[in-house]
Amino acid sequence: MTTTTANPDDFHGSHAHDDHGDHLPGFFARWFMSTNHKDIGTLYLIFAIIAGIIGGSISGLMRAELAHPGIQYLHAWAQMMDGPDASLDQAYHLWNVLITAHGLIMVFFMVMPAMIGGFGNWFVPIMIGAPDMAFPRMNNISFWLLIPAFVLLLGSTFVPGGTGNGAGTGWTVYAPLSTSGSAGPAVDMAILSLHIAGASSILGAVNFITTIFNMRAPGMTLHKMPLFVWSVLVTAFLLLLALPVLAAAITMLLTDRNFGTTFYDAAGGGDPELYQHLFWFFGHPEVYIMILPGFGIISQIVSTFSRKPVFGYLGMAYAMVAIGVVGFVVWAHHMFTTGMSVNVKMYFTAATMVIAVPTGIKIFSWIATMWGGSMSFKTPMVWAIGFIFMFTVGGVTGVVLANGGVDDVMHDTYYVVAHFHYVLSLGAVFGLFAGFYYWFPKMSGKMYNEFLGQLHFWVFFIGVNLLFFPMHFLGLSGMPRRYPDYPEAFAKWNAVASHGYEIMAVGMLIFFVNLIWSLAAGKKAADNPWGEGATTLEWTLSSPPPFHQFETLPVID
Amino acid sequence: MKMVKSLVLAGLLAFSPALGMTQTAFAQDNAASAESAAAPVAEAAAPAAAAPAESAAAPAAAPAEKVAPPPRMKPTEGIGMPMPGEITIQKQFTDTGRQALWMHDWLLLPIITFTSIFVLVLLAWTMYRYRRAANPVPSKTSHNTLIEIIWTVAPVLILLVIAVPSIGLLADQYKPAPKDALTVKVTGYQWYWGYEYPDQGIPEFVSNMLTKEKAAENGEPYLLAPDNRLVLPAGKPIKLIITGADVIHSFAVPSLWVKMDAVPGRLNEKSFTIDKPGVYYGQCSELCGARHGFMPIAIEALPPAQFDQWVLSQGGNPKGKAETPATTAAAAPAGAPAKI
Repeated sequence: MTTTTANPDDFHGSHAHDDHGDHLPGFFARWFMSTNHKDIGTLYLIFAIIAGIIGGSISGLMRAELAHPGIQYLHAWAQMMDGPDASLDQAYHLWNVLITAHGLIMVFFMVMPAMIGGFGNWFVPIMIGAPDMAFPRMNNISFWLLIPAFVLLLGSTFVPGGTGNGAGTGWTVYAPLSTSGSAGPAVDMAILSLHIAGASSILGAVNFITTIFNMRAPGMTLHKMPLFVWSVLVTAFLLLLALPVLAAAITMLLTDRNFGTTFYDAAGGGDPELYQHLFWFFGHPEVYIMILPGFGIISQIVSTFSRKPVFGYLGMAYAMVAIGVVGFVVWAHHMFTTGMSVNVKMYFTAATMVIAVPTGIKIFSWIATMWGGSMSFKTPMVWAIGFIFMFTVGGVTGVVLANGGVDDVMHDTYYVVAHFHYVLSLGAVFGLFAGFYYWFPKMSGKMYNEFLGQLHFWVFFIGVNLLFFPMHFLGLSGMPRRYPDYPEAFAKWNAVASHGYEIMAVGMLIFFVNLIWSLAAGKKAADNPWGEGATTLEWTLSSPPPFHQFETLPVID
Repeated sequence: MKMVKSLVLAGLLAFSPALGMTQTAFAQDNAASAESAAAPVAEAAAPAAAAPAESAAAPAAAPAEKVAPPPRMKPTEGIGMPMPGEITIQKQFTDTGRQALWMHDWLLLPIITFTSIFVLVLLAWTMYRYRRAANPVPSKTSHNTLIEIIWTVAPVLILLVIAVPSIGLLADQYKPAPKDALTVKVTGYQWYWGYEYPDQGIPEFVSNMLTKEKAAENGEPYLLAPDNRLVLPAGKPIKLIITGADVIHSFAVPSLWVKMDAVPGRLNEKSFTIDKPGVYYGQCSELCGARHGFMPIAIEALPPAQFDQWVLSQGGNPKGKAETPATTAAAAPAGAPAKI
């Protein structure tokens, strides 16, 4: 059955000096010069958790300020940041800095590093039966580029950025607010941060594509790959095609800011709308970059805990490909109110709605995977089921927003905020937690606490729904995004949302207690703690896996 | 027909001094500018006098009296503004607004609610029926071409049902304004709005947010109420030409289903007709810097006659350039500083 009889690795067991499996480098060499995909994956996860704490705390500041009408704390915070004589305008600017930082941190430094850098690095090579990534050193620099990027972004908060300190442009960095509208180095630092984070992601994408195309174990054909690997493959292509466009767009921002070019200035023959087209040509695929690996994780988990193979495997794989492809031709639905012509608006309305079809295929296929299965409701599965429903709710409001004519009243209101937090905060983040609980025993060798895991889910689930569902109401009745203060009429649902945040924060506390407790005192995890449903290759290895796995390539029949 | 209308207006103007008694603070601010506006008003009224009018007193009266603007309209609770605890879209006061609202409330909302509940029920039933205790041996089914075709085609059909009215709505929203539409140039600044009536010869005046105290004094909602409103005639087609002076802003009035970005270097157009008189509030809807949340919008839709009175009070010509080209030369460069 094996095709590797000629491979000298087959005999590695008898050659003790060839066996690197248990030889660990020293601490510094292991964690700072790592070329091991599992260690780099761990670094990514730690990084994402730290960034998530920062980004999540910022949203806590925002919900505290928005809990009641009027300015409560913002002025005091501005005085802490900018000195005791900070003006009210500086306080308002600080608000914009907070929303900008929250968006950029969560997108570029939490979800992406966790999904692709963390779980992708850890499990793509294992799932395809490869010993490591194709370019281990490049993998290392992909991670370490994130550190200066993050430092630049956080550092930008302390230097002038227009009205006050920090970049207050929103995560979209629209010109001309980000060019002529924001004097000072803060926005330049934020742009450079995006440049470096983008380079990191492009390198990572190249690595994943090469790994998946060239390093699959014998018999692991593309159509046998686990869906998580498929999801990372599609994501890597999206990264590779979308990020250079972002790089071009923000490079032109830099030259407009510093070298007198006028790419985005109508007075010099440019156009502010050009920036938006370029940004969203990147930005829309970016939202799929954040959610596709989540799709992959959910597929693995649903299959495992239903003890059934994924229903409609090929349909699932190609639905992701379709989402990736169509995701590149719908970008201007983010720009429905910019004054586009009616034909353009009709096209983007229709094209956007098309995405609902492959997304629907995925939702129904997950349910069909459960149908007829023998389901157990361990923590990862509970998160996965939560994901499916919450993503559905976020998805259908996307269909509402897709209608250019209807979007006129909802664009840039809290309805949009609710929509993208349902697909990201309740979609991507639920996917992250599902994956974390699912693979935690494999990665750490310890079982998490099941009770705390379930409790975390329910508290978090109630919290985020209280937090984000009222935002639909706020948006429908007209509350615009990115406002530090609001008319009396919006007070009720804002108060509810802020209480939702408090509950969610308690949920996160439970998560960290569970994490620390499990790492310190968790029961030892079996190689396959999930039983017969877990069929992918990572469950054939020990928990945690050896430092180098698959020195003898596994053969897939 | 238009001639008759303008005559009636002229007649109304004859009685405008009575209205002047009810001047608000807003009107008093305008008093100075109204004075300098008197000259163009006289010229504007002249052609009307030439006609055999039943209100011959009008041309005589108009130039003699300062034309006072109509009193500042009080907002009506629940119209043109959000309501406490509201969970729906604001009541609509334009044709396309009602059409879009209908589409949201009676097409999209039912479909998305049904879809979400359908998925929830399906999930719950599956979780109950196929829990390990109830179904210890899983089936091995992993394909069913028919059902896969069904769940691909069914969403396509639902989307078609949505797409047809959606495209129709877009087409209606983009119907160009008729030739006689009132044109107002709206400019977004950091952080206030400017309004100019080029055809009426009213130069730009700006609109700043009212302080909390002032808003309370006026009985208007704080953060929604500006000092000077964008005054428009109800029941008549409006064409807004929207642009930005520094960064991108967005001119948005939810109860009229209007949202259009104010982009520097671009002139965006938005046409609509407001059903009935009222005050309709809105807020800037594109992040534009520190005071993004503090540059509200208010449209005051007046009955046409009162609107014309307002135009005169601002030193403008209610009939506009198009109808009386001869007078525009006088009106436009008069440069009545209606800055408020």
